[in-house]
Amino acid sequence: MDTLLEPFRYEFFRNAIAVATLAGALCGLMGVYVVLRGMSYIGHGLSHAIFGSAVAFYALGMSFYVGGAIGGLVSAVLILFIARRRSIGADAAIGVVTTGAFAIGIVIISAIGSFTRNFEAALFGDVLGVTTGDVGFVAAVAAAAGAMVFLRYRQLLFTTFDPEVADVSGISTARMDMLLAVLLTALITVCMNVLGVTMIAAMLVIPPVVGRLLSDSFHRMLWISVAVGTFCGFVGVYVSYYLNWASGPAVVLTAAVLFVIAYAFSSVRRRSLPEAALDAHVG
Amino acid sequence: MSDLVRFEKVTCRYGREPVLINVDLSLTEGDFLGVVGPSGSGKTTLLRAVAGAVRPIAGRIVRDPKAPVGYVPQVETVNWYFPVTVREAVLMSRIDGRVVPWASKHDRRDADEVLDRLGIGDLGTRHIRELSGGQQQRVFIARAMLRRPRLLLMDEPTSGVDVRTRHDVMHLIHELHHEGMAIVLTTHDLNGIAAHLPKLVCLNREVIATGRPQDVITPDVLERTYGAPLEVLQHGGMPVVVERYPEPEEERKVVPLREGHHGHPA
Repeated sequence: MDTLLEPFRYEFFRNAIAVATLAGALCGLMGVYVVLRGMSYIGHGLSHAIFGSAVAFYALGMSFYVGGAIGGLVSAVLILFIARRRSIGADAAIGVVTTGAFAIGIVIISAIGSFTRNFEAALFGDVLGVTTGDVGFVAAVAAAAGAMVFLRYRQLLFTTFDPEVADVSGISTARMDMLLAVLLTALITVCMNVLGVTMIAAMLVIPPVVGRLLSDSFHRMLWISVAVGTFCGFVGVYVSYYLNWASGPAVVLTAAVLFVIAYAFSSVRRRSLPEAALDAHVG
Repeated sequence: MSDLVRFEKVTCRYGREPVLINVDLSLTEGDFLGVVGPSGSGKTTLLRAVAGAVRPIAGRIVRDPKAPVGYVPQVETVNWYFPVTVREAVLMSRIDGRVVPWASKHDRRDADEVLDRLGIGDLGTRHIRELSGGQQQRVFIARAMLRRPRLLLMDEPTSGVDVRTRHDVMHLIHELHHEGMAIVLTTHDLNGIAAHLPKLVCLNREVIATGRPQDVITPDVLERTYGAPLEVLQHGGMPVVVERYPEPEEERKVVPLREGHHGHPA
């Protein structure tokens, strides 16, 4: 038992496992809306846009985090605005806006020259280097996201499932889109140094996909996704301590293993269902 | 009888393109109106404007604020792979007056009552994809009915379904109308649906004609609405629209021969 609890003797590990668990839960929660809107690529794209603008602000002598938040919010709003034009589509809007923002950051880096900050942490995560303050930031965003989803559950669900009828039914879908953009930006900004921009994208997608494989009900998918994200954050960091792996990839690999298990399970279950239940959209 | 909705010279547009032009229309209690017209004629925009989701750029729309509106979308627009059970889909429309995510006992009871009323009460826990076409249509009618509407708007409620299902869905819609609900539906089906409704609006961005089917389903109105010649026969006092494709001989006659064109002989 002492061996199992050994890593918890270290403050850096307690911070790391707390922040990764919270970040996993947060990604699991918000990822459901991202995946069901067909915007799985947004995590990848937004994290690059946030990285680009954060670097640009830092290079200009301003706050790295404030720069990331501003760049991310502007990019998210632009994506949602452009994606409303059906002729373009969400995937193309994400590609245009986020690569543009990323390029701006790179241009400023190349124009100014050298940097003292370790940007590797932002790219690949440095969960073992987080402070108690970082844990507080992630906890605050997780609490805000949880509260917003709790209070706007029905409106978010209706807007995600059927935006046109939600609009007709009196829901301000533009306001729901904005709420989602703000929460996603906050999520990526605070999780950037924990999971790294490349790993956030995976954690926004894998837990909800596992949830979708295991359930045909929205609220169950949401719970499963949060549980999977939480589990992967905790187990990934814990395992990484013993195996001496990088923590971010360990978290994502744990999620990938769960995906394989869920995929196999759902395939077996699908085979055992009667044909009628599998027939998609009987005309 | 007071109007539920009244359009006065309403013009709507998406971008620069006008979709509805100078539309006058009034809907009162007990109305049962069909809207027909070609694709892109503004039928869905008209429904959305009635519901308040599209604002006119000219004219005005007057609504009875005490008349809730239910909206049933085209089933073709539904994402059937979205993880949602029948009961979850129906309960979506209960968005007012409750902060917590879970439905109240009262909401659940209301949803079950509506599902029972529509004959799908035993399917509440099933995924929407697992239902037949007619059952799927009923789920979205149930969602609209949970708002206790006085006016029900339905966008092509019978598109993509077989004859039997179309009959069932129309039977249900007539029942709702007899219970006092005003109904507006759009359809492409002139013979199967439109000819059997009490009142039609022929729309092609502007209102071409309004009236009883036997008065508006005429070759002249249809040609102005659809931009194509259509024949109308009478069968048992009902108009029957016949699409007449040009015979090969006729087609040859109307194809203009350009100089140097070696296609069809004149």
